[in-house]
Amino acid sequence: MSELAGSASPPSADGKEAVITLEQVTVQYGQQAVLREVSAVFPTGAVGLLGPNGAGKSTLIRSLLGLITPTSGRMRVLGHDVAHAPVEIRARVGYMPESDAYMPGMNAVSCVAYCGELAGLPAADAMQRAHEMLFYVGLGDVRYRAVETYSTGMKQRLKLAQALVHDPDLVFLDEPTNGMDPRGRDEMLSLVYDLAHRKGVNVILSSHLLPDVEQTCDHVIVMYKGRVVTHGPMAELKQPRGQVFELRVKAPRGQDAFRERLTAAGLLPHRPATDEGENPEPSAETPGCRSDRAEPGDDEIIRVLVPGHGGARDLFTVAASAGVQVRHLRPSVVTLDDVFARAVGDTEGTR
Amino acid sequence: MPIHDQGYRRYTGTRLPHSRTWRAIARSGVQSMLRRRAFVALVIVSWLPFIVRAVQLYAAANLPQVPFLAPTAETFRQFLGQQETFLFFVTVYAGAGLIANDRRVNALQIYLSRPLTRMDYILGKLAALLALVLFVTWVPAVLLVAVQVLFSGSSAFVLENMRVLPAITVLTGFEAVIVSLAMLALSSLSKSSRFVGILYAALLFFTQAITVVLRAVMGERGLAWLSVTDSLTQVGDAIFGLPLSYESSVLLCFVSLLAIAAVSVAVLNRRVRGVEVVA
Repeated sequence: MSELAGSASPPSADGKEAVITLEQVTVQYGQQAVLREVSAVFPTGAVGLLGPNGAGKSTLIRSLLGLITPTSGRMRVLGHDVAHAPVEIRARVGYMPESDAYMPGMNAVSCVAYCGELAGLPAADAMQRAHEMLFYVGLGDVRYRAVETYSTGMKQRLKLAQALVHDPDLVFLDEPTNGMDPRGRDEMLSLVYDLAHRKGVNVILSSHLLPDVEQTCDHVIVMYKGRVVTHGPMAELKQPRGQVFELRVKAPRGQDAFRERLTAAGLLPHRPATDEGENPEPSAETPGCRSDRAEPGDDEIIRVLVPGHGGARDLFTVAASAGVQVRHLRPSVVTLDDVFARAVGDTEGTR
Repeated sequence: MPIHDQGYRRYTGTRLPHSRTWRAIARSGVQSMLRRRAFVALVIVSWLPFIVRAVQLYAAANLPQVPFLAPTAETFRQFLGQQETFLFFVTVYAGAGLIANDRRVNALQIYLSRPLTRMDYILGKLAALLALVLFVTWVPAVLLVAVQVLFSGSSAFVLENMRVLPAITVLTGFEAVIVSLAMLALSSLSKSSRFVGILYAALLFFTQAITVVLRAVMGERGLAWLSVTDSLTQVGDAIFGLPLSYESSVLLCFVSLLAIAAVSVAVLNRRVRGVEVVA
């Protein structure tokens, strides 16, 4: 990989070779800015591109592929400038789009082989690789079935196979677990992990699902409203800059009012991600808090990041001033969930 | 060891330059059509006039009782005129879904995330349609000339009508490019191949109907440039050096067809994109 990345790629902050470098990239659709002066360095390995829907993740990937021309800024992928060598870049990257996408009127093996040919593989090699890739993603038994008859989960696997058929050095996976059942999702994440950690393929995993990124990536870039709000190695980001507590409260004026008090006191409350991988979709009003769910009851657990060294005392102070009974309090470890909430909270706080 | 560990290995083989990927697109387009029985049946039917003409040439070469069957340059022009019906059906059947089907299943973003340009994609699709269209126009027409030489036992006809072979090539090539570009442009406008087929038929029949009505109103035999099919006929007559079918300027008809091609290219340039941005 180091040879492929070339000397033109600067090292990232953690000293790894950079696969992608973004410098002040802005993308506008008409008057609406979708990416706003984004600067970031993607190191080798597995990088999670994390953010809620509408954060600009897919737009960023499409820009890196040369499918969208940025309004301003500069992007380099694998040592090539996207503006000047998009074809050379696309020869070395694979792309698994978010939406359903396949070649019409073909079975899976023809579809993947055709994608290999489009990437420059000779027909015989492309066919051989197509079989291998379909076995790799778990579609070996159904590879002669028409793609139109595939379920959503099978189509996701097929999209991964077509992204890998030409053996890319870098693969963009845009929401790869969308529409998959829990077992399929686990298998997909295992494949992603395997690719990045055992097969030497650099992976950019775009997702709004915190657990997906946490499970597969070593490095994370968090996007929110078209900006990179934080980035770094997963382990570093999860270093506690404060303490995280899980608490359950009885709030006479409702939990929302309590969360507002916590936020006003500089603490960052948010609900934990669920097993299904839902993340806290931040609202503009209460950073770090979900806005798309029903009002929680008193049994709802709130995770609160308490910056500094105040710890539980700060929490009790706010609870007492709000007239809230703390029924349960337990220290917790920092998760990506907290990192996300903190990053988004910081962003909102600076405005 | 998980089963998938056995499946992935790095590729160490050769990679072809991206300038050749359009051929893969063209080949795939042709192969997908030839796998359809209905299309193969259509192609077989479209070759029936060739057989009839071949019989005519055989009779002209071997039966002195039927001198009126002797071929002229006009014979080949008439043959190409007959093939225009099949040209229409082949263009609709093979061309309507070429881009529309890709748009329907979001295949464009897969194509354009590969090392190929939009031009490669359009060229590949165009080449597929051109190949299929020329198979029912240029190929039988050229074969007919060969059959004439074969049956008559001499190349006297070809030598006396030096213009015929180039005329066949130029006319069928020009015709194929115009209709293929128009069909591809229409195909890029919709995700439904049926709708595209209807649009294409409407384009031909509507322009023809307008021309016929205007001719009736104005009482003249001109205005061929208003109709796609009449323009092709007029340009075809000029290429073969035969009396013109309509009292219209050949240049105007030619420019009219070029305008269709230019508009088609502009539409393709606008519509063939990996990402549709609605600002």
